[in-house]
Amino acid sequence: MSDQTPKEPGVTGTDAPEESSAFVRAVEERGAANVGLAGAGLTPTSRSKGHQTAASKALASPWFALAVAVVALALPYINSQAYTLRIATDALIFIMLAVGLNIVVGYCGLLDLGYAAFFAIGAYTAGFLATAKGMPMWATIPFVILAAVAGGIIIGGPTLRLRSDYLAIVTLGFGEIIRITANNLDVTGGPNGLFGIPDFGEFGLRADVAIYWTTAVVVILAVIASSRLGRGRLGRAWRFVREDEDAAEAMGIHTYKVKLAAYITGAIFGGLAGVLFAVHQTAISPPSFNFLWSALILMAVVLGGMGSTPGVVVGALVISLLPELLRGAENWRYFIFGVLLIIVMIFRPQGIWPYTPTEQAVKKSLFGRFKGGGSGNTAGTTTEEVAR
Amino acid sequence: MDYFLQLVLNGLFVGAFYALVALGYTMVYGIIKLLNFAHGDIYMVGGFVGFTMLTAASGAMGAKGGLLLLIVVMVLAMLTTGTLGLIIERIAYRPLRGAPRLSILITAVGASFALEYGIALAYGPNPRAYPVGMGTGSFNVFGVRISTGQLVMVVIAVILMIALDTLVRRTRSGRAMRAISQDPRACLLMGVNVDSVIARTFFLGSALAGAAGVMAGAYYGKIDFLMGFIIGLKAFTAAVIGGIGNIRGAVLGAIVLGLLESFGTAWLGSQWRDVFAFGFLILFLTVRPTGLLGERVTERV
Repeated sequence: MSDQTPKEPGVTGTDAPEESSAFVRAVEERGAANVGLAGAGLTPTSRSKGHQTAASKALASPWFALAVAVVALALPYINSQAYTLRIATDALIFIMLAVGLNIVVGYCGLLDLGYAAFFAIGAYTAGFLATAKGMPMWATIPFVILAAVAGGIIIGGPTLRLRSDYLAIVTLGFGEIIRITANNLDVTGGPNGLFGIPDFGEFGLRADVAIYWTTAVVVILAVIASSRLGRGRLGRAWRFVREDEDAAEAMGIHTYKVKLAAYITGAIFGGLAGVLFAVHQTAISPPSFNFLWSALILMAVVLGGMGSTPGVVVGALVISLLPELLRGAENWRYFIFGVLLIIVMIFRPQGIWPYTPTEQAVKKSLFGRFKGGGSGNTAGTTTEEVAR
Repeated sequence: MDYFLQLVLNGLFVGAFYALVALGYTMVYGIIKLLNFAHGDIYMVGGFVGFTMLTAASGAMGAKGGLLLLIVVMVLAMLTTGTLGLIIERIAYRPLRGAPRLSILITAVGASFALEYGIALAYGPNPRAYPVGMGTGSFNVFGVRISTGQLVMVVIAVILMIALDTLVRRTRSGRAMRAISQDPRACLLMGVNVDSVIARTFFLGSALAGAAGVMAGAYYGKIDFLMGFIIGLKAFTAAVIGGIGNIRGAVLGAIVLGLLESFGTAWLGSQWRDVFAFGFLILFLTVRPTGLLGERVTERV
């Protein structure tokens, strides 16, 4: 708390990093003399530059992504056992959550520890409208988006003006507020939750296959959308804010609006994943949305590689499928996750599969060619609005 | 009127308790601007360390120990959790001191997770009953009921807080802490051993949290491996209300939060207590993010 400036710390976003940089400078000054600096090579820039081998290039190519998407869609033909489909649907929903949180944490560098709250908002809004009001499932989606945006504004609005670590703990509190509220209200069914939630329709298929396919299509679209968002103008603004908020502000980016945009986009992803979850489970109750969920989603993002869509997808697959292999060892699993978080942050902060900033790849990208400038333009206009 | 007084006293009692945990939060934040998410879990570990020692002691002595035993165990538990704080700082935070803020926050979450589930592995996931209580006696003051346990807790908490305040304001080591919180770079140039002062801060904060953990176990009679989560959040709320980084502010904030919760519970019902507290945190950050003492006091740790 260096109070040389008369300004209140944390009220404006600008003087907050100034405080920290004094300390960072102090540490850097000692440089090699600091024996405690085990991760000395890890300057902020090194985390966004991965080592690109031939293998990782091949894996990062859009054709590989397309192949994965085809496999995901073809799964019911390969193995249509109810168990496989249930696990696969869970994994897909988890991927959607991870990709959504990646926008907030990976792209924009804001730590959200209550992401499950948006998941809960989505699931409960859809569940309530479908069961109590008898709305068809698809018709609840606009309301879910509205609710998620409202939640994002209520939490993000005040806290994003402050230092970024306030956001972390406020979101933690928000996650608890949502869970406890769901537990105490009558409309949400209290501790019993909501049950008998309908699905989107069966399209003449077996119910679980229909749910799997709808989920797969939505999640694939979400992954593409988030990946494109990350590469558009808004995405670059997010990364800029993450790397250096002061510089971003100085270059004319309205950092508050950009951060709020990331937070709200993440909220919408979470809310929609909640709808899929409600449909898949047919019943939801407050314990499904505890802190553990938020932490696991964060783990997937960090482990996979913050800001890297393929990395996050892989991270989400690992985190969501691992429990199936390690049944009955929950405590060990979570303990190891905690230790892993520390180890990853110290030795490989860029994650398993780091993001490689290659502006060339944007032009050559498969989806870019298919869609023309379509989504690029929308991203562009949003930035324009956002950056005023 | 009696009811009102009772609510005030309950609030003060809970506040004293939050204050012990909030102090560690605020000290660490003040000195290295780190939100130590593992802090609530250190409180929890304190509860378990006390549990182990009390179980061993009552097994060895064959009788239910009294208050003296409890205090001895509390001191030992404080040393243990203080050392634990040192270890966590050394392993999880120090290597990342030059790294981006997000990395350190994530390691803090990782440390919290590792502590919670490490304890769950060691003691099992079920709640444990504390072998020693704080006495069940109670007495009336102006028609308000105070239990002996509450009184003992408040007295111990106040003693610890005064000790800490003296340490920070009157000693050489405390001066080093205050100096680092003002300008770490200048401290390096002036020959302050920044690393060891930061380690000492972690030790002190964690020791206080450990004391609170033992007290919680003895007072509520039950501990479990997730009990640090909510307390960590509440302590942070208290620190923010008082102005984070400010030691006296944390105590004031904790008392304010305790009173708010006490009245909020009476008004809305106990199932809304946590929602009320966290809602207040969000409101406070919106309206006055520097906290009650954030502006006027320039001298902070």
